[in-house]
Amino acid sequence: MNTENIQVPTMAEMASKGEQPEVLFWVGCAGSFDDRYKKVTKAFVKILNKVGVKFAVLGEEETCTGDPARRAGNEFLFQMQAMSNIQVLDGYGVKRIVTACPHCFNTLKNEYPALGGNYEVVHHSQFLQELIDEGKVRVKEGGGFKGRKITFHDSCFLGRANNVYEAPRKVLESLDAELVEMKRCKTKGLCCGAGGAQMFKDAEPGNKEINIERTEEALDTGASVIASGCPFCMTMLSDGIKNKEKESSVEVKDIAELIAEAEDLV
Amino acid sequence: MNYLSQIAFVLVLVVAGYFLAKRIKEIRGNILLGKDVDRSDRKSERMKSMLLVAFGQKKMFKKLIPAFLHLLIYVGFLVINIEVLEFIIDGLVGTHRIFAGPLGDAYTVALNIFEFLAVAVIFSCVVFLIRRNVLKVGRFSGIEMTSWPKLDANLILVIEIILMFAILTMNATDQILQTRPDANYTETGRMVFSATLIPLFEGMSTTGLIITERVAWWFHIIGIFAFAIYITYSKHLHIFMAFPNTYYANLNPKGEMNNMDEVTTEVKAMLGVGGASSEPPAEISRFGAKDATDLNWVNLMNSYACTECGRCTQQCPANMTGKKLSPRKIMMDTRDRIDEIGKTGGDDGKSLLGDYITKEEINACTSCNACVEACPVNIDPLSIILQLRRYVVMEESSAPQSWNSMFSNIETNFAPWKFPPTDRFKWANDLKTEEKD
Repeated sequence: MNTENIQVPTMAEMASKGEQPEVLFWVGCAGSFDDRYKKVTKAFVKILNKVGVKFAVLGEEETCTGDPARRAGNEFLFQMQAMSNIQVLDGYGVKRIVTACPHCFNTLKNEYPALGGNYEVVHHSQFLQELIDEGKVRVKEGGGFKGRKITFHDSCFLGRANNVYEAPRKVLESLDAELVEMKRCKTKGLCCGAGGAQMFKDAEPGNKEINIERTEEALDTGASVIASGCPFCMTMLSDGIKNKEKESSVEVKDIAELIAEAEDLV
Repeated sequence: MNYLSQIAFVLVLVVAGYFLAKRIKEIRGNILLGKDVDRSDRKSERMKSMLLVAFGQKKMFKKLIPAFLHLLIYVGFLVINIEVLEFIIDGLVGTHRIFAGPLGDAYTVALNIFEFLAVAVIFSCVVFLIRRNVLKVGRFSGIEMTSWPKLDANLILVIEIILMFAILTMNATDQILQTRPDANYTETGRMVFSATLIPLFEGMSTTGLIITERVAWWFHIIGIFAFAIYITYSKHLHIFMAFPNTYYANLNPKGEMNNMDEVTTEVKAMLGVGGASSEPPAEISRFGAKDATDLNWVNLMNSYACTECGRCTQQCPANMTGKKLSPRKIMMDTRDRIDEIGKTGGDDGKSLLGDYITKEEINACTSCNACVEACPVNIDPLSIILQLRRYVVMEESSAPQSWNSMFSNIETNFAPWKFPPTDRFKWANDLKTEEKD
């Protein structure tokens, strides 16, 4: 892809031109700062550029949704974050938001309305599914995944928390790969171990790390790609793969990266 | 003679009714010690959920074998209790099998259905006893499964088996008595299952049979009343509580945490948004939950609806990796504590957090909702865990150190990690420069 003219417009730039994007891409803290997840952000932005979606980001105006603070018990901090974010979002008249983080997705979609922030919020798996359904993303025949085994790890905050199970699977099906399910999947999916603010502290004493338990289950499928749609799951599963010394044979990839790869965007 | 037994029956009925009413009032009172939460909305959706999940056993069918066996006991319980109606009328009026005459053949059919279910209940209870005590199915053990919960579970199964045998004995002896000219018992038609027990009693005298039949009758009806009172002290209370519990369960997405409006008022004041409220700040007793009375009444009702099946704990990622957290224990502790508060008034210097549930347990939760999803009667242990965490952070400021660092990162850098906010948009520049390479 000729990328010199890749565009990442901010809401501020759009507003100054008197324009309104179709959708705001909420990048999230992991998507902005975490080296691994920045690749997912970039892959998703490339897809948006390729398809010609009129989107914008908040850039430096974006701040944490407050999810980890709320789950850890700090309601004050959560509400401070939420209210200032709502001020920014409403200031720009944002109507629709897409995010690649299920935690941001859950918070923006389910928890901001109680504080006055009402938006249509979709996870990037749902957004990608829309693009595929509309024929705007069409993975070429044998996009490099034909015959490869992919397994999808359900993020708790996308799955059980919000009942989104099909969209990410539909996206993966478009790759023409062999989608294999782990023993515990969908409503019974096993957590990666990072939710509920566990990402930001060590686990309590036990006899095993949750991410190892989950990684073993993913490896049992024989898949060469573990697909996820969540930055925390990605970290936990990547660590699990390293722990199992399987980095050379098994990759942990976000669904947006897989689509971008199949589209030759990376 | 009949006169005496009628008086005895009325006495039994009154005494049982009194104790049952007293226990219902106590439990209702305990549940209402909880904070208010509005669940009066979406009535048709609630009714539907109750019909599917409680009445229809929908979530039980995630595990087929126990679901099938449980269904037999459940249907047996519902249907055999129709027969209790006849017991009560007979007992009060002094009749014997009052429905036999008017119903005719239909009575025979009904009794055969009851007997089939009685045998099915015995079968299921025996298998359940084997699963608990011989096969030792994993989810029936755990730190919270101390001697009482284990005994309680076994007692219920044994009592159910005995009650069913009482019915079958009663019917078997009744059938023999129908053939004795000196007894003059009402014809019921052949009752297939109890007929197999006839050889056991055939040699008895008519008087011996009448005594056996009466003892079995009294044993069954007194047993049912006693059982009804017993279950109010037992995990078995789910047979009633499953219904209100599924009706009043949370219908919002599982990922949504409830908003603390008392915090919103303060945050708005701090940020100077939402207009200056003329209302004086409401008296806030406590942020989050320290004791069972800080929880809401649905949380407390949940604790009485729990039958300790352990599906929640079995699915809990923290529990399966050896952490102390067990969602079932959260529910059992909540019930034990609110029971205790109901008795003592709660001024005993104890609290749910600390004396029952430790911080180590609640800190291990990943809020993954596996426990909520797993519960066959829609209990929400996560709601309690998160309210306890709120207390720890907002009242005690004693969160784990790494969480405190995460909080201060969000406060100062607007991200849970320690990155300068000015780096937040760097990825876009990287993207452009990378692509040029």
